[in-house]
Amino acid sequence: MHPAASVIIFTSLSGLGFGLLFFLGLGKPDVSGWSAFAFFFIAYALAVGGLLASTFHLGNPQRAMKAFSQWRTSWLSREGVVAVTALLVMGLYAALLVFTGIRIAPLGWLGSVLSITAVYCTAMIYAQLKTVPRWNMATTPILFLLYALAGGALLAAQTFALLLLAALTLVQILSWMRGDLSFALAGHNIETATGLGHLGKVRLLESPHSGENYLTREMVHVIGRKHSFKLRVISALCLGVIPVVLLGLFQIGHLSALLIIALHLIGLFISRWLFFAEAEHVVGLYYDKR
Amino acid sequence: MTALPSSTQKKLGLVIDLDICVGCHACVINCKEWNTSNYGAPLSDIDAYGSNPVGTFLNRIHTYEVKLDNKIAQTVHFPKSCLHCEDAPCVTVCPTGASYKRVEDGIVLVNESDCIGCGLCAWACPYGARELDAAEGVMKKCTLCVDRIYNENLPEIDREPACVRTCPANARHFGDFADPDSNVSQMSAERGGMQLMPQQETKPVNRYLPPRPKADIHTDGDIDILAPFLEPVADTPKGLLGWLDKALEAI
Repeated sequence: MHPAASVIIFTSLSGLGFGLLFFLGLGKPDVSGWSAFAFFFIAYALAVGGLLASTFHLGNPQRAMKAFSQWRTSWLSREGVVAVTALLVMGLYAALLVFTGIRIAPLGWLGSVLSITAVYCTAMIYAQLKTVPRWNMATTPILFLLYALAGGALLAAQTFALLLLAALTLVQILSWMRGDLSFALAGHNIETATGLGHLGKVRLLESPHSGENYLTREMVHVIGRKHSFKLRVISALCLGVIPVVLLGLFQIGHLSALLIIALHLIGLFISRWLFFAEAEHVVGLYYDKR
Repeated sequence: MTALPSSTQKKLGLVIDLDICVGCHACVINCKEWNTSNYGAPLSDIDAYGSNPVGTFLNRIHTYEVKLDNKIAQTVHFPKSCLHCEDAPCVTVCPTGASYKRVEDGIVLVNESDCIGCGLCAWACPYGARELDAAEGVMKKCTLCVDRIYNENLPEIDREPACVRTCPANARHFGDFADPDSNVSQMSAERGGMQLMPQQETKPVNRYLPPRPKADIHTDGDIDILAPFLEPVADTPKGLLGWLDKALEAI
């Protein structure tokens, strides 16, 4: 799949933002006043920034409001509805906390549940697609939730961030390994796609057209996969391994926390790029490409 | 609503005969011609006369070579357009309700004025039947020529999809799969009409008739079954040709 910057930014940043909102709703850290304002500002900048980035890949963004209508069937619609509801509920909770110092705990809990549900809906947009076996796995929503929780805990300066980061790194590595087998396990190849396997070995003799088309640009992205192993190693080191070591061994101040967050972000962006670039859509089989 | 209807009154669709298709692309051209000038946004071409032309098409022909060991290779032309699936995943993923499946005839359509161009329906389709138009930013797909098949301004003979109407080899057929006595149901039953990628559980309506097995002519090492008739008739020429042969040999 084509790793478009808009969807990478959308899924990474909004996941982090909602992860941070999840912990803020639970009162971790228990802040108020300007300190609460700073935390909520970061969370909203990430969540809203991510959601706005997602509209950049739309063909007709002026109709985006219509996307809130089909929550009964569509995960994308659910994601929009839940995300906006979460932002509204947390907005009320945050406003009361920042400006009046009143903390309505149940409102925060509701906001937390909505925030983490928004991340789950984002994951399901991808995990529901049978056409992309690497995404159509149980690990996809677990991974997205762990990214949000681990990143959120890191931003919320919680000590258990270390455990979540370790779990995330482990699940990410397992998910890469399982993902490598997913296309073969789904049982798709050019013979089954064309239904011509009983006649022999199939290969594309002539493509429908000499150039590219929307499908090959969007869904048959093969550029850059040759470096995927190196990128996985760099990503795992940045997003989890080095942060876990640093958090475990050293006393963390503001500056060192910033460094760890920056490292985690780099790892997150690389892994999200791989999430798209390595994903193979079954339509590629008709073009004799994956 | 992007919920799928539990059943449709008709199941309109195509039978595509892979044994007959000659890969002339006439259906591709007629599809583009009809659909760029009728229902919905036109099918744009970008950089049409430049070095990297791309365009929106609702129907595309792939050509495959199929080969078994020790057998001669076989060419199969493979037209591909929307299969108007009963469990169309493209419909249920749509966030705006622009994609829908009609209860009356099962045709899967896009209401372009509701489409935000997110592209998720194209991701959900295993067959590559949907293409986002680069100029309009809305999703385009085969409409089964919904603006032809019910169009009373057209002569009755033309009230079928443009691709079917134009096919010079008669490889494409249009009809109602809900009716077991229809032309398409009968043809599909006789020839073992297949669904594409049944593992995806989309229940496509369109059926592909597999190529008939080719006669095996390679059993005795003959190049051609006509080879015995091509043997030289006279080994040694006689008369004038015989003299000429000897004279030329002597030079």
